[in-house]
Amino acid sequence: MKRELLKFLLFAIVVSVVPAFVSGGYLLNVLVFVGIFTMLAVALNLLLGFAGQISLGQAAFYGLGAYMSGVLTASHGMNPWVAMLIGAGAVGLLTFVLGFPILRLKGHSLAMATLGLGIIVYIFFNETVDVTGGPSGLSGIPNLTVGSFVFDSDLKNYYLIWGFALLAILLAVNLTNSRIGRALKAIHQSEVAARVLGVDVHLLKVEIFTISGVLSAIAGSLYAHTVMFISPTSFGFNVSIELLTMVIIGGLGSIYGSVLGAALLTLLPELLRTFQDYDIIVYGLLLILMTMFMPGGLVRGIPDAAVALYGKLKGGGADVER
Amino acid sequence: MASSDQILQYCLSGLSTGAIYALIGIGFAIIYNSTGIINFAQGEFVMLGGMLTVFFLSVAVLPLPAAVTAAVLVATLVGVIFERLAIRPLKDAQPITLIIITIGGSILIRGIVMLVWGKDTHALPAFSGNEPLFVGGATILPQHLWIFVITVLIIAANRLYFHHSISGKAMRACSYNARASRLVGIDVKRMVLFSFAISAAMGSMAGIIIAPLTMTSYDVGVMLGLKGFCAAIIGGMSSGIGTVFGGLIVGVLESLGAGLVSSGYKDAIAFFILLIILFLRPQGLFRKGETERV
Repeated sequence: MKRELLKFLLFAIVVSVVPAFVSGGYLLNVLVFVGIFTMLAVALNLLLGFAGQISLGQAAFYGLGAYMSGVLTASHGMNPWVAMLIGAGAVGLLTFVLGFPILRLKGHSLAMATLGLGIIVYIFFNETVDVTGGPSGLSGIPNLTVGSFVFDSDLKNYYLIWGFALLAILLAVNLTNSRIGRALKAIHQSEVAARVLGVDVHLLKVEIFTISGVLSAIAGSLYAHTVMFISPTSFGFNVSIELLTMVIIGGLGSIYGSVLGAALLTLLPELLRTFQDYDIIVYGLLLILMTMFMPGGLVRGIPDAAVALYGKLKGGGADVER
Repeated sequence: MASSDQILQYCLSGLSTGAIYALIGIGFAIIYNSTGIINFAQGEFVMLGGMLTVFFLSVAVLPLPAAVTAAVLVATLVGVIFERLAIRPLKDAQPITLIIITIGGSILIRGIVMLVWGKDTHALPAFSGNEPLFVGGATILPQHLWIFVITVLIIAANRLYFHHSISGKAMRACSYNARASRLVGIDVKRMVLFSFAISAAMGSMAGIIIAPLTMTSYDVGVMLGLKGFCAAIIGGMSSGIGTVFGGLIVGVLESLGAGLVSSGYKDAIAFFILLIILFLRPQGLFRKGETERV
């Protein structure tokens, strides 16, 4: 646990000094999005990597958070922080209630059910035009403020969002080393043994699902207040797939892997501007290739590959000597 | 208020889209029963059917029957390649791995089609004109008849294959017990390959016969695939009559909902049904004890 804390502190320091080395305002703006996607990827990884439960509907919770914030502030003039709180609470309640029937399902059925849920929510974003503005989106969402301090620049938003992202990472790290984390490990070893020892497996899954949903909703609120405009396409099926790719690339169960995955998949399309629209092909290839050849993700895969390569070189050398 | 003629109209058009969902659902069931995999790329075979036919008609200027045959063959080939490259190398993989792989395959196929043929929506001409026919107080298009006839033919051929041919019976044996099948000399790997080939062919055919009614584009596979899955879930993953009813139920409810409630929520209806069935009767509506599984 001490080592985990040290790792976290180191990472937090890196995050807080990065803006000093980033000259362009544009790159800083991209890094703000890396922060938002870090929260989302960590949230999904808790569910997928630790609880072993797939969700293809994460974008729905993200979107619900964003729309709650957007509608309550832009249309009803509510304080953004209160709106964020209400959004997170509502999504938490929704995921908790839906979690019970949904997490009774396993494997493919669970994937399809969460996918279906995601699509239903997406359809509602598009169709409830009176509330959400429909496909043309919702504008006029205010920035977050503290007293007279307004989070209205990329730099301010960078610290705001990474502050939240770091909290999410800390929460996730703590969670894996807590009662819940230990119980999840027990389930991985033997679900029956865990049950016998009194671990309520189903409730545990629902709890993780709820935490994951709430984190995604907060990320959604932050997105809405940073960009100040939201439309349904930011919360569609493709986004759920993008999140899945981030988690797989980074490595299932690796929190910092999710950070890496989020950073790679957010930065790459920005760097490869000409490939716009075609990034989805890259996601498809990445999903297949990573699952087939590097199932532990980059964080575990690269050291493993290096060790294997080193072993091969050493082995080859020994052959020559003989 | 809706008149009875209108209701009849909605039911008729619902039945024809339902027939398509049934075909796609049977495709899901065939692969699931021989491998335990839900192939998330199933919808892409449907899309490939329509898009390839458009391509063979307009670019290669083939006559319609030749274009349809070529499209089905190419889609089947894609299914076979997909199985060889992505599914076969993974032996005894976790369900989550297989889900991710087939999702990866599905967005890869969709992406390549978008790259090659663009994002435009394409229309396929109706097989035999657009002169409406009158049925009671409602009208249907000749294409609807084509859909019914081809669906019935495919389901009948399926039945013949699985019950009266050696390789069909071998596939059924694999679905009951792969290990025992291997012991009596059935090449299980080959049967898995067959199952991908058959469902790719069926899926692409479904995509071809619906394309003249709904148009086609690189991204139609997602929705059609999911609704096909919904049909298969209602049918308890049987490749027989259960899934056919499942498809028809989804098609009719969706059509009634779109007509009587709101067309914007049409797609949501199928998913509400899916969730309700998964929550309340995950084994399917008709399944009691032993049901036919192929």
